[in-house]
Amino acid sequence: MASIQLSVNGRGVSIDADPQTSLLTALREYLDLTGTKYGCGEGQCGACTVLIDGKAQRSCVTRAAAVAGKPITTIEGLARGDRLHPVQEAFLAEGAMQCAYCTSGMIMSAVALLDRNRQPTREQIVDFMDGNVCRCGTYSRIIAAIQRAAEARGESATRQGAGR
Amino acid sequence: MTKTIHPEIPLEPERYELTSAPAYVFDLDRREFFKILGGGLLVVSVLPAASWTQESGGARGRRGDSLPQSIDAWLHIGENGTTTVYTGKVEVGQNIRTSLTQAVSEELRYPMEKIELVMGDTQLTPFDMGTFGSRTTPTMNLQLRRVASAARDVLVDLAAAQWQTDRQKLTTKDGKVVDAENKRSAEYAQLVKGQQLTQALPAEDPLVPATQWSRLGQSAPKVNGRDFVAGKHRFPSDQKLPEMWYGKVLRPPSFGATLVSVDLKKAEEMGAIAVHDGNFIGVAAPTSGQATAAVAAIHAEWKEERQPSSTELFEYLKKNPAVGRDVTGDGDRYEVGNIEQGLASAAHKLQQSYTVSYIAHVPLEPRAAIAKWDGDKLTVWTGTQRPFGVRGELMEAFRLSEDRVRVLMPDTGSGYGGKHTGETAIEAARLARAAKRPVKVVWTREEEFTWAYFRPAGVIDVVGGVHEDGTIGAWEFHNYNSGSAGIRTFYEIPNQRIVFHSVKSPLRQGSYRALAATANHFARESHMDELAHALKMDPLEFRRKNLKNERLRAVFEAAAEKFGWAKRQSSPGRGFGMGGGYEKLGNVATFAEVSVDRKSGEVKVIRVVSAFECGAIVNPDNLRNQIEGSNVQGLGGALFEAIEFKDGKILNGRLSQYRVPRFSDLPAMETVLLDRKDLPSAGAGECPMIGLAPAIANAIFDATGVRLRSLPLVPNGLKTG
Repeated sequence: MASIQLSVNGRGVSIDADPQTSLLTALREYLDLTGTKYGCGEGQCGACTVLIDGKAQRSCVTRAAAVAGKPITTIEGLARGDRLHPVQEAFLAEGAMQCAYCTSGMIMSAVALLDRNRQPTREQIVDFMDGNVCRCGTYSRIIAAIQRAAEARGESATRQGAGR
Repeated sequence: MTKTIHPEIPLEPERYELTSAPAYVFDLDRREFFKILGGGLLVVSVLPAASWTQESGGARGRRGDSLPQSIDAWLHIGENGTTTVYTGKVEVGQNIRTSLTQAVSEELRYPMEKIELVMGDTQLTPFDMGTFGSRTTPTMNLQLRRVASAARDVLVDLAAAQWQTDRQKLTTKDGKVVDAENKRSAEYAQLVKGQQLTQALPAEDPLVPATQWSRLGQSAPKVNGRDFVAGKHRFPSDQKLPEMWYGKVLRPPSFGATLVSVDLKKAEEMGAIAVHDGNFIGVAAPTSGQATAAVAAIHAEWKEERQPSSTELFEYLKKNPAVGRDVTGDGDRYEVGNIEQGLASAAHKLQQSYTVSYIAHVPLEPRAAIAKWDGDKLTVWTGTQRPFGVRGELMEAFRLSEDRVRVLMPDTGSGYGGKHTGETAIEAARLARAAKRPVKVVWTREEEFTWAYFRPAGVIDVVGGVHEDGTIGAWEFHNYNSGSAGIRTFYEIPNQRIVFHSVKSPLRQGSYRALAATANHFARESHMDELAHALKMDPLEFRRKNLKNERLRAVFEAAAEKFGWAKRQSSPGRGFGMGGGYEKLGNVATFAEVSVDRKSGEVKVIRVVSAFECGAIVNPDNLRNQIEGSNVQGLGGALFEAIEFKDGKILNGRLSQYRVPRFSDLPAMETVLLDRKDLPSAGAGECPMIGLAPAIANAIFDATGVRLRSLPLVPNGLKTG
């Protein structure tokens, strides 16, 4: 057992766990943040995607101890109070889900993509998101949701610019 | 509304739908319902009305004839206006929580937000065989509409009595009974206040016709969608109970391996509770990490057996008929005319063999269950398409009576026919009993790949005989193992022999989205293309010549037009194809465009156009979602998914070894919906899938001249250069 200090969704937390414990298990089992999902355990499906230092990472193949102290964002940390993140809103608006088990990972990957590329092309979206599996096959809607979120962000940037 | 559904189409039995009936059903008195639910209005059905709309096997499952009667509660309007609807159907991503809410909203004239569905809770919901076979829309949607309509009748009666007016003068709108003439209205909640009313379902009641729908027939966003995008929804694998431990099961090294010896000592020394009971070996520990370590520390010896492998699968299937099965039994064999004479008089005869591999469902959420004992009462939360079936499994496994077991199904991370069984429920319950506390078992991806079950593999032999004018004279079709769903041809053929052959399957097999309809349509629609080619006829023209069913003709024509079939320009490396049919009361035609890179062998599906018709459309946006999803999932089985196995071991049971469709596989997709408001609504989760594989195979032939007759078509690409 070891004490591992994590910074999750802006909060410092400490867990006592085996040093080999994955970040996914730390989040789900120790911190009860179950929005991050297990899908394959080998970084192949993206259901467990979280942001570490703003980058999309697969928490199932990341040791919790290895990211101690680094800022970690999970799906639970995206909304501001009652206000959903624009990517979450876009997924709702496009109905970009069926069973929605992959949705958390899809949204986290999409947030990471849009943070580094504000207006990705369709090809860039496909390329970036290819590590996330939606077994229900809602890919075209997820692409539409990401495009919608990018547009919404572009518009709000324009509005802010005009207001200045 | 007509109540007969497709009288012209006999429903094929789903031989691989895993089902088991509960041993018996206990009666719940209506007073008890009010004790649980509080006052208000309750709509019930009184069995044994074995004829009411349930699954085809519902009467059998219910064993209604052995019971005097049993009351099922379907809908309750509480004194605060909250409307709770009870259904044994479950949500695995088909979005029936939404479509069923729409159905109740439509007939009750009540806002969707105030309607809550309790789904798949064996203690609270009426018995249900399970959520499979695309039955929710044709049966449960209709059932809940009747239920809601009966409730509305009572509410109007209540208002009429209160106002001492003629009920004919009253209307209902937005949760109110309205008396327009006297400018007064009453909320439903007001009307049921202080009441304990029960309304039995009338045999017949007028429902709102599809042409007048205001809530049904419209797109509605996923109920609770916000919880899903916020990561708040608790799937079965997310459930947690106080004092809960985590369970792990020791798996044999191969299928059918027998235990020689086992030593649990090391696991117990690590602080785990270890169980060896018959063929079950498992552990429970305070954390999943400890459980994994403890199960790994168990020393067990097994005796393994040689078993067939995937490389010899198709010969094996032909050579190993299931013993004791009568192939001439009903449903296994269909004959019309004289096949020998029909074939003898045909101008062209073509004999071909088609195969399909075993494939895995790969539901992104693997099987999961939490079990909790209170004395000899067992409660299990699990992701299953058959909560009542799992209850039966638990009753049998632990020799419990029905009132001692409750199974609840939180909305689950998909199933596709792959979650009919209750393995994790039994495993968690056995470990929870030993650990004397709640235990959760979640399968790893490898366990899900190995210890669930597969879509049946199969061999399909087809002989077609055609006349010079393009009409089909004879059709012989033998399916070995893959199943009889969709086995009958819908083309007009005077001489037919269609036989299903049961086989000893080397792997555990079971339901899968659209099941054998995919294999049978692949063989049939590929063979149609081959016959058209032999006749030098356009494949669409050839189908027109042999197809009378107007619903099927309509989808083929609609898809052809949208696709631009008449204007297509094939070239080496670029081809076009079609496939279609009907299944589960739906009709689909799928057209595909593919490109084949001769050098690299890469086969890319560029564009897919589907036309679909399933009667009156319940929710167009969700319907599109299901059709596109079927096509995307179908790409996997069509192009590259196949389970490899040898000597009882799965050789590619990981996501890094088993390819599933991804973003980069996505073709451009266009969907044409044909809304037949004059026909009853049918389900759409399965049928849209069946046309895709043959459409792609036919397009590959068009592009390359290479005829592929095995699914998956191109697991390793297709080099033609």
